[in-house]
Amino acid sequence: MTAALPGADAGFAVELADLRADISGSHILQGVDLRVPAGQVTALLGRNGVGKTTTLRALLGLLPANGGIRVLGHDVAGWPTHKIVRLGVGYVPEDRDVFARLTVRENLRLAETTATPRYDLIYDLFPELRERSRQLAGTLSGGQQQMLAIGRVLLPDRPLLVIDEPTKGLSPLLVSEVVDVLQRVSSACTVLMVEQNVHVVRKLASQIVVLDRGRVVHTGHAAELGEEDLVRRLLGVSGSA
Amino acid sequence: MSTFIAITVSALALGAVYFLVASGLSLIYGLMDVLNFAHGVFLTLGAYAGWAVASRLVAPANPVMAFALSACAAVGCGAAMAAVTELLLIRPLYGRPVSQMLVTIGLDLAMVGLLFGIFGSNSRSIPVPPWLTSVTRIGPERIPNGDFLALGSGAVVLAALAWFLRSTRYGIIIRAGAENRQMVSALGINVGSAFTVVFTIGGAAAGLAGLLNSVVFNGALIDPSQGDQLLIFAFIVVVIGGLGSLAGSAIAAVLVALVQVYVSFYAGSGAGLAQLGNGSVVLFLAVVLLLRPRGLLGRTA
Repeated sequence: MTAALPGADAGFAVELADLRADISGSHILQGVDLRVPAGQVTALLGRNGVGKTTTLRALLGLLPANGGIRVLGHDVAGWPTHKIVRLGVGYVPEDRDVFARLTVRENLRLAETTATPRYDLIYDLFPELRERSRQLAGTLSGGQQQMLAIGRVLLPDRPLLVIDEPTKGLSPLLVSEVVDVLQRVSSACTVLMVEQNVHVVRKLASQIVVLDRGRVVHTGHAAELGEEDLVRRLLGVSGSA
Repeated sequence: MSTFIAITVSALALGAVYFLVASGLSLIYGLMDVLNFAHGVFLTLGAYAGWAVASRLVAPANPVMAFALSACAAVGCGAAMAAVTELLLIRPLYGRPVSQMLVTIGLDLAMVGLLFGIFGSNSRSIPVPPWLTSVTRIGPERIPNGDFLALGSGAVVLAALAWFLRSTRYGIIIRAGAENRQMVSALGINVGSAFTVVFTIGGAAAGLAGLLNSVVFNGALIDPSQGDQLLIFAFIVVVIGGLGSLAGSAIAAVLVALVQVYVSFYAGSGAGLAQLGNGSVVLFLAVVLLLRPRGLLGRTA
């Protein structure tokens, strides 16, 4: 069943209406309503297990879901993943999912879905990827794999980036590097990201959406993350930590 | 000593045929997790297509040209049958591996029955150029020319597949898909088209194997059940080499053929000769799986 998306607006890059998804019999998403304004960075927040990653995966058609899904002006509910991505969506998964037995160059080559791949941009953002182009991706460090995963989606010019925990497991130095890159690229596209690090969210995002038990429980401005009580109540963590 | 060299060359040629069959099985399983029991049908149909072209459609005035055309027909028929099988029978069943396996078993049984119905149980003879039925002297050795043809074909197909997988975008997609199909889709790539390509390549190699097996090892005779006989050894090769590993299949094909031929030749003579060789292959499989359960070059689960 596809839920209606009343008032679908060109001002939103992503619109989810009453999105529901089950995994192994558990109701993970129980009616997510979400709008991602075009040209902005929206952060999806919430405690572990509330459905943040599932929301991103359902939006990309990576798992079966019911409800309205509108991406870049197209109703994509039921579409195969590759067709949704070809609308101009870049996806960086939580665990990077680089192809371990392919070289860095081959990983990038897979992402050449347009006639003019932006290798200059990628090597400018991540010079290490050029130096390690013949190295197997499985032998890269976690930070280098994250660079490759981000570089891979930036290779074609995409209007929408969907990024799942870009700073997870990275050292503070690499977190800073990834944030700088995302700040630079987000000026030219829309970003929907899941991120646990409140400080990163405050640096990058303009809108925050908080999920709890498979539903959106709060939508607001990223500046609200400065309010200690709100952060503690919604996320169970300290905003100043 | 001269006998040892001759049977070693013969074993390597048999290994090349095993590799031609196993390479497709391995690629198909590696990318799609499909155990294709209909692979033997591609092989048998390829052999019959080669026979039809060589014996009926081409004037025997130029036997080399006739054989070359029959090889093209075998490759084309195997490839076309494989592509149609993937598109019509396998594709609607993605995500249902048991159903896929059952449909390939059903296709195999139906096609073998159909071929028996059309051609009967009598073997058909493929016209071959005189060169293929003679031997080449290398020093004291007398090596059948058919062995060189099988060896050369296996080497060319191995090199071509290795180049394809390493250097072409489709090859990279196939290797990436064997690791993580969902992520390939998440890069905007239609993995379904890669599935068809892999099936087609596997079918083409199997068609060639069907023709070569008949010409080199079966006295240029073909019969409807030859695909199933070879398929058993091809599955053993794939399991020993490691599911999804092309290099593993190449190494395992040679090892299996060497074990089979050496045991058959040196274990004595008699009616049970072939069975002894076949039994040694199963024993070899058991030993490899005990020592290395994922096969020679297989991935850890």
